[in-house]
Amino acid sequence: MYVAVKGGEKAIANAHALLAQRGSGQEDSGESAAQERIASRQLRGQMGVLVSRVMNEGSLYDPNLAAKALLQAQGDVLEAVTLLRSYRTTLPRFGATVALDTGALPPERRISATFKDLPGGQQLGATFDYTHRLLAERLQVSEIPKDTEEEDDAAPGTMPRITDLLGHGSLVEPDHPEDWADEDPGDLTREPTTFPMTRPERLQALARGDEGFLLSLGYSTQRGFGNTHPFAGEVRVGEVEVLFEPAEIGYEVPIGRIEITECQMVNQFVGSAEKPPQFTRGYGLSFGRAERKAMSMALVDRALRSEEFGERRISPAQDEEFVISHADNVQAAGFVEHLKLPHYVDFQAELVLLRQLNAEFEGSEDAG
Amino acid sequence: MAESSTAVPPEQRQRTARVLAAASQQELAELWHSWPQKPQVEYLRGPESGLVMVQGRVGGTGDRFNLGEATVTRATVTLNAEGEESTGTAYVLGSYPEHAGLAAIFDALLNSSQRKRAMAEIITVLEQRQNTREAARRADARSTVVDFFTVARENDGGEGDQDE
Repeated sequence: MYVAVKGGEKAIANAHALLAQRGSGQEDSGESAAQERIASRQLRGQMGVLVSRVMNEGSLYDPNLAAKALLQAQGDVLEAVTLLRSYRTTLPRFGATVALDTGALPPERRISATFKDLPGGQQLGATFDYTHRLLAERLQVSEIPKDTEEEDDAAPGTMPRITDLLGHGSLVEPDHPEDWADEDPGDLTREPTTFPMTRPERLQALARGDEGFLLSLGYSTQRGFGNTHPFAGEVRVGEVEVLFEPAEIGYEVPIGRIEITECQMVNQFVGSAEKPPQFTRGYGLSFGRAERKAMSMALVDRALRSEEFGERRISPAQDEEFVISHADNVQAAGFVEHLKLPHYVDFQAELVLLRQLNAEFEGSEDAG
Repeated sequence: MAESSTAVPPEQRQRTARVLAAASQQELAELWHSWPQKPQVEYLRGPESGLVMVQGRVGGTGDRFNLGEATVTRATVTLNAEGEESTGTAYVLGSYPEHAGLAAIFDALLNSSQRKRAMAEIITVLEQRQNTREAARRADARSTVVDFFTVARENDGGEGDQDE
């Protein structure tokens, strides 16, 4: 049991001053440090992937705030995530957006590991794939050569989702059954968590879950702990328009764009007496450039559907309660890190008990 | 009172809202600065920050789910010019109060007798810039289209659809 302590205000204030000093860069660069502080704008522009991670796990899309949080947290991702999570509680919610149409705008990147020739082509976009992973002495920005050969294909705007293409041949399970109500999804930030969850609730939890945790779980499914034979049917990165319907306007209007990463995993087939064998699917969606996160999310999403497909549940990645309860890094960090707060009374009780046990032990030896 | 008898059709308003949201705060400030005979501006609401819950769909077209929230700023203004009153409302992603305020002002202009001018001098100008930027970004992205060819023999059995 934790018993509160008090006092120590001065030491705590000094500790925070010291912390601020450690983050100021003064120790590295001497007196000119004041001019060398990183602006959050620079962080946003040059560390976009990190900013995306903070937005995802902070469950708040705002690159400026995420960059500021990272600076304040001195690069501690989980601290920054916590800052965003607390900040969001100070704002009113105006409502929910119209569901994103991830296929509507031409993406910057769109690849498929399953289909070589697909409408719109394989477009690599800005990617670390195929880089040599050699540390560069100095970072360079090279000019993108303008393609003079041919102007694009006939319909430049269209890059249909690969799963929509496959869906027509019904080799892949459809997104929803034919009779379908399109129900409002549950919201984990408003309702208490109960198991079992619906798939939309699970996806919300995974979207804000820790990237490292989901990566490891996804990896575990590939290594045989709940094998689902995944293929990256499609990975897509780009901006999508956000539509919102304000009550006072009465119909949906565009309110801006956000960058997202989407992953469609296509997995081993399942069939039944009523349905022909079909590829099954896992889905990942994340804010910003977060490909590893979206892929991991898709793997874990599929693994968590084991019950739906009558698969044996034998691995951690298939255990909904285990995965969802431990994916949130704010909760995890809070519980792990609270151990370092003063537990003096608690420990004292253990100490007294142990001394007593020892005394009894010695007493019985003397007697014997 | 003059809440427009000439109601702007939704698709028009969607177009202008898209352009105003995509513009930068600075662009809007400059355009407003150069707008002659500015009407009186009164803020009825905001600019105020809040959140919207961004929803996605499972698999792209399936059930909706809550992806996460996004910051949004909204404002509603009334413009007064020579007895004519018009109101405008804007919602803009992000935490830029000035952006939302200016977008609401332009929305109000678009709801007034100044609509034609606002379309020509604000919306069309911004839209053209945005299209140019978009085309350039798209060209950059298209330069990364790759045509992989498979080195191993492909589908021994011909054009069959069954890989085993």
